[in-house]
Amino acid sequence: MSTLAATAPALKRVGVGASLRRNRRWALFASYFFLICFAIFFLAPPYYMVVTALKSDAEMARLATNPWFIYDGVTFDQFRILLANTDFLIFFKNTAIVTVCVVAITMVVSILAAFALGRMKFWGSSILATGIFLTYLVPDTLLFIPMFQIVKSIGLLNSYWGMVLVYPTLTVPFCTWIMIGYFQSIPKELDEAALIDGAGHMQMLLKIFIPVALPGIIAAMIFAFTVSWAAFVYPMAFLYSSDQQVLTVGTVTSLIRGDVYKWGMLMAGALLAAAPPLVIYAFLMDYYIAGLTAGATKG
Amino acid sequence: MADVALRNVVKKYDDVVAVSSINLDIPNQEFVVLVGPSGCGKSTTLRMIAGLEEITDGEISIGGAVVNDLPPKDRDIAMVFQNYALYPHMTVAENMSFGLKLRKFPKAEIKARVDHAAGILDITELLARRPKQLSGGQRQRVAMGRAIVRNPKVFLFDEPLSNLDAKLRVQMRTEIKRVHQKVKTTTVYVTHDQVEAMTLADRVVVMNGGKIEQIGTPNDLYHHPKTRFVAGFIGSPAMNFVPAKLETNGTGLKVRLSDTLSFHVPESRTTRYRGHVGKDLLFGLRPEHITETRGRENGVGQEFPVTLDVVEPMGMETMVFFKVDGTEVCGRVEPNAAKGSGETMQLRANLDQMHLIDPATNLVL
Repeated sequence: MSTLAATAPALKRVGVGASLRRNRRWALFASYFFLICFAIFFLAPPYYMVVTALKSDAEMARLATNPWFIYDGVTFDQFRILLANTDFLIFFKNTAIVTVCVVAITMVVSILAAFALGRMKFWGSSILATGIFLTYLVPDTLLFIPMFQIVKSIGLLNSYWGMVLVYPTLTVPFCTWIMIGYFQSIPKELDEAALIDGAGHMQMLLKIFIPVALPGIIAAMIFAFTVSWAAFVYPMAFLYSSDQQVLTVGTVTSLIRGDVYKWGMLMAGALLAAAPPLVIYAFLMDYYIAGLTAGATKG
Repeated sequence: MADVALRNVVKKYDDVVAVSSINLDIPNQEFVVLVGPSGCGKSTTLRMIAGLEEITDGEISIGGAVVNDLPPKDRDIAMVFQNYALYPHMTVAENMSFGLKLRKFPKAEIKARVDHAAGILDITELLARRPKQLSGGQRQRVAMGRAIVRNPKVFLFDEPLSNLDAKLRVQMRTEIKRVHQKVKTTTVYVTHDQVEAMTLADRVVVMNGGKIEQIGTPNDLYHHPKTRFVAGFIGSPAMNFVPAKLETNGTGLKVRLSDTLSFHVPESRTTRYRGHVGKDLLFGLRPEHITETRGRENGVGQEFPVTLDVVEPMGMETMVFFKVDGTEVCGRVEPNAAKGSGETMQLRANLDQMHLIDPATNLVL
């Protein structure tokens, strides 16, 4: 009787274990299946883009070929012609200048604003913080008409410096909001310890808040960078000449003439335009995660 | 090193009075503990000394100079917080030297001070670590080190041991006392734990409801509490309070606790208490003064029988609980003296240590 009792639980445990393993296997199988479907769905366009960029125009014109494979051999002609015979490099340079300036302006403005709104108690600070965030909810497609009037009156129409002026209206509200959240999560005793140690407000910001809130700062920078790099509506509305145009609008307008689409160069241009964000994301993601685990929470 | 003086200091938050008219003189190098229950105003008072809270009214001076309008960094004080407040992105050495770097001290002196403080606190091998790699006790020592390197006029401690477990708390208490003996600086220490207050302080300030109840040495407060609050707050377990009536007993006095129990008032006290005969009073006696009959007499005492309710063996002694006219009373007896719940035993009250409190004024007579 006792031996039966002793073996029964052991048998039961094996039974339970086996069904758990079965369940787990099915769960893994199902999740991998959906992940693969998801990956195929989302990686298909970039793959298509790469394949098309490496094809010759002749191959693309032949309807008999399968668009997903290269038959006539890989060619870099599309890239060569794009870089040599179009204004692509000018667009790239303009976009890079605008993005760097906008990210710098945005970070300076939002960090200072977030520090004041999130940390210094003054009358109306929480109303102001909410108000700043609410301005972000107004779509830029609505704003570009009044913005046009303003940029024209300043004389920055058809100049990429006008973009440097205008993009922060899109990036600052959201970045300030992110930063306020991060600054508020820093315990108040840290301020007080710094005050007693002899830090002024600026020193507190530079030596304590910014290092401790670095993940938040990087998140905000990634956001500002993305908005700047990929902006379409404002450059479309405010920039006319080729030498002032940015990547997004420039690639599309200069490579589509009437109903002739230069697909090869369009894809090559899209690939080159997507490269910097990819590289920067990959680079900053490591730093972001390292920042999260390096004791950036209260010590 | 300097003295601290508070004159009629008041703190109001809108209409709520958190601290009402505190007067306190702390001479140079004294270790003063502000103790009291939550919400009594002790932390607010400490923060006003630090400059982290505005003073509504009154004057605070450090080293003879009034500091009401000075920011914290100009008051030459250093503070140790309850949750350490260490800078998480800096190493221990950088944490300790941050204040000195801001004040533009030369590198060599910063290093010397940091090494000296690390030596006192036994954290020299931790100097390259970050706060998240330290235990609670180590972090607290680093927080103390950050205060020591500044060589301030006053050390301020805001419940520094509250975040530590009981065993570590006892260890760190001794550390703090040892550090104070080495680094003789005026210290103001806030805690809600009366054991910490008694063991660490040169003088204790008992606060309640924004007011100071009593200031005195630990011994003073233990043996001569002035108010009911202080009598009940100091000492663990707390003093027993039993409603009683003061009656005459021939030429002397006696305190009647119940129909069956009354104690003779010691000769030395009869003059003091005579004016209160017939009043309803509160009889106070600490558990350590209600013991088993010991054979050797210890002061003026009286034996009385009790029926034990609950018996709690603590190892080095046993706590016995019994009822006197409905009020639960606690006594402390030798480990093997008490038999068990429900048993009767003979106890002895050391009446030299008794207190009588007037419930109308809550003052000890």
